[in-house]
Amino acid sequence: MVFPEWLAEPGLNHFLVVSAILFSLGLLAVISRRNIIMVLMGIELILNSANLNFVAFSRYGALSLEGHMIALFVIIIAAAEAAIALAIALNIYNRFGSVDVEQISELKE
Amino acid sequence: MDLFAIAFYVFAILIVGSAALMVFSKNIVHSAFALMFTLAGVAVFYALLHAGFVAVTQLLVYVGGILVLLLFGVMLTTRGSFMDVKTRSVNLLPSTFFVAIVGGLLIFVFVSTDWILLPLTEDQVSLPGLGELLMTDFMLPFQVAGVLLLLSIIGAVLMAVRKKTLKPGTQ
Repeated sequence: MVFPEWLAEPGLNHFLVVSAILFSLGLLAVISRRNIIMVLMGIELILNSANLNFVAFSRYGALSLEGHMIALFVIIIAAAEAAIALAIALNIYNRFGSVDVEQISELKE
Repeated sequence: MDLFAIAFYVFAILIVGSAALMVFSKNIVHSAFALMFTLAGVAVFYALLHAGFVAVTQLLVYVGGILVLLLFGVMLTTRGSFMDVKTRSVNLLPSTFFVAIVGGLLIFVFVSTDWILLPLTEDQVSLPGLGELLMTDFMLPFQVAGVLLLLSIIGAVLMAVRKKTLKPGTQ
């Protein structure tokens, strides 16, 4: 069994393609799912794909350890964002009785 | 095929497959567990890219923290029995079409661009370098991130436990 040459040795492009697929799936979760928790999970996928790009470029490209640092800061901010977003989702559930994003269409006067 | 290639393809299939399962699964608890496999696979990718510290942080923060938080969110925002945690999707066909176009475009750009590649360096422990960067070039972002985490903890606690209690006299 013979593999094509570009398939045999994973390089930068392979990681970039995986991250592009992850980004697309996260975008799909954000725009097609209606549960607010699912939208959050999609955002986590998108952040992970961006992180994967940073780390891949710091391995193969000219971005040295700075790529790792940026990935770490993205992880930190994702943690803060998840905590805040979950608190907001709980508040929305208490007020509207649902976490369907299409039913959340009212503002306080 | 060497071990690196085999590990790459196995975990690439794991990542993409469980991400697809997460997006298309109707049951949100299944989605959360599929997301766990995706995040763990991405941590393995970081390890394959010689970013050991980022991989460990990914495991600790994402798999250990954010995922548990998401599961708590699922449990706290679900009514009645836990078995029918169904969610709905809207416009699945057009959005899949749109996302396929976006993904194809991204992959085309990634593959067709002539990236400037450096020769691969030997594996080295990145932890001292990271600590040094954190204390020199990234000092301000480091401190700001600490303040941000503190603020987000306080804000999340305040928002989550707020009760509808009227202060006396405000009516």
